[in-house]
Amino acid sequence: MKAGFFATRWGIVAVGLFIGVAAALLQYWGNPPNMGVCVACMERDIAGALGLHRAAVVQYLRPEIMGFVIGALIAALIFKEYRARSGSAPIVRFCLGMFAMIGALVFLGCPWRALLRLAGGDWNSLVGLAGLIVGIGVGVLFLKGGYNLGRTYKAKPFAGLIMPLMMAALFAMLMAKPLFGRAKQVVDGVETIIITGPVFFSAEGPGAMAAPVAISLLVAIAIGFLAQRSRFCTMGAVRDVILTRDFHLVSGIVALVVAAFAVNLVVKQFHPGWEGQPIAHANHLWNFMGMALSGLAFSLAGGCPGRQLILSGEGDGDAAVFVLGMIVGAGFAHNFTMASSPAGPALFGPAAVVIGIVFCLIVGFSMREKFA
Amino acid sequence: MKQIDARGLSCPQPVIMARKGMAEMSGGKLEVLVDSVTSRDNVMRAARLEGCETEVSVSGDEFSVIISKK
Repeated sequence: MKAGFFATRWGIVAVGLFIGVAAALLQYWGNPPNMGVCVACMERDIAGALGLHRAAVVQYLRPEIMGFVIGALIAALIFKEYRARSGSAPIVRFCLGMFAMIGALVFLGCPWRALLRLAGGDWNSLVGLAGLIVGIGVGVLFLKGGYNLGRTYKAKPFAGLIMPLMMAALFAMLMAKPLFGRAKQVVDGVETIIITGPVFFSAEGPGAMAAPVAISLLVAIAIGFLAQRSRFCTMGAVRDVILTRDFHLVSGIVALVVAAFAVNLVVKQFHPGWEGQPIAHANHLWNFMGMALSGLAFSLAGGCPGRQLILSGEGDGDAAVFVLGMIVGAGFAHNFTMASSPAGPALFGPAAVVIGIVFCLIVGFSMREKFA
Repeated sequence: MKQIDARGLSCPQPVIMARKGMAEMSGGKLEVLVDSVTSRDNVMRAARLEGCETEVSVSGDEFSVIISKK
């Protein structure tokens, strides 16, 4: 295989087509509607499975997340692009990850899912995508003004393997389904200890909807591999168009939508409309604002959630910290009543989005560095 | 030859710096140092979009992209 192909326009289009087809098929094979792949939702499910939040309907150790990281690691090793590195403002990246996740859970999806929702006929996604573009646009203004999180530094090879090893540990738990929780229960005055999760697995709701593990994992490894080769990134796509009129990456996300739409038509998953869309709400203001926060956070951190996973697989410790921030953010989003439901935004979701935007603006204004 | 050190910076920083460098010169050559294949490819693509020619040399983990502006 020539590495050069994926750097071409056709290369990125081919990867977009593959992800679009794969995502629509994963839905057909059992994943939740319009959620064939959604990095935010799937990391949120992992947070739930680990007991970091207790929303019983969204708890599952999604093999897709593990596959993206492992696939990227394999590609990086084969093509000698594995480079352990870190040291570029990790705590800032952690918080950007947290707020990116909160924004995504107010909208109900990462950019990948926003595109898949569009391909499934959920027009609310257009409002979210508009917010995403505005958020990234603000990020571009900061970039033009000299915003920068600073240089990364070479790390020892093992440092870059920690995220892939965490994913391997999650896979082991998915296979073994251990129960780590011990809770006291009093029945008729008699105290007993019951064995419970974590690990939690949803019995109903989106968390209980999943394609077979082997299929999910293999498809995700393929996506991780291809995304590493092609640098597929939804945030980068929009940013490059605004910043440099470079349409390279955007052709990949257009291909993703077209491919997912075509498969959805064939397998009858295309249901156009605004109301009653699966795992979505129709509150335009907060669909827009949630994704605007996410878009801003992604652009300040240098990648969409999918891209951050891929980078963490090729040794980027800063991207790994962003991913951990997202998983912790998912815990907060559900525990603190900030994550939306199909009924609409949750009680504290809007306030959290505002706080997140203020945080991102402070980061954008304060993190500047001039290089000779 | 003007040199830009974009090592350790992740995209789009190397691209922004390379574009600024290209905009500031009326002709001649510019060297951009990067330390990832992604940055190398992005800087080369940005240079091509500006109608410039590029050549790359490798030393260890680092790349030197020479951009020639006509």
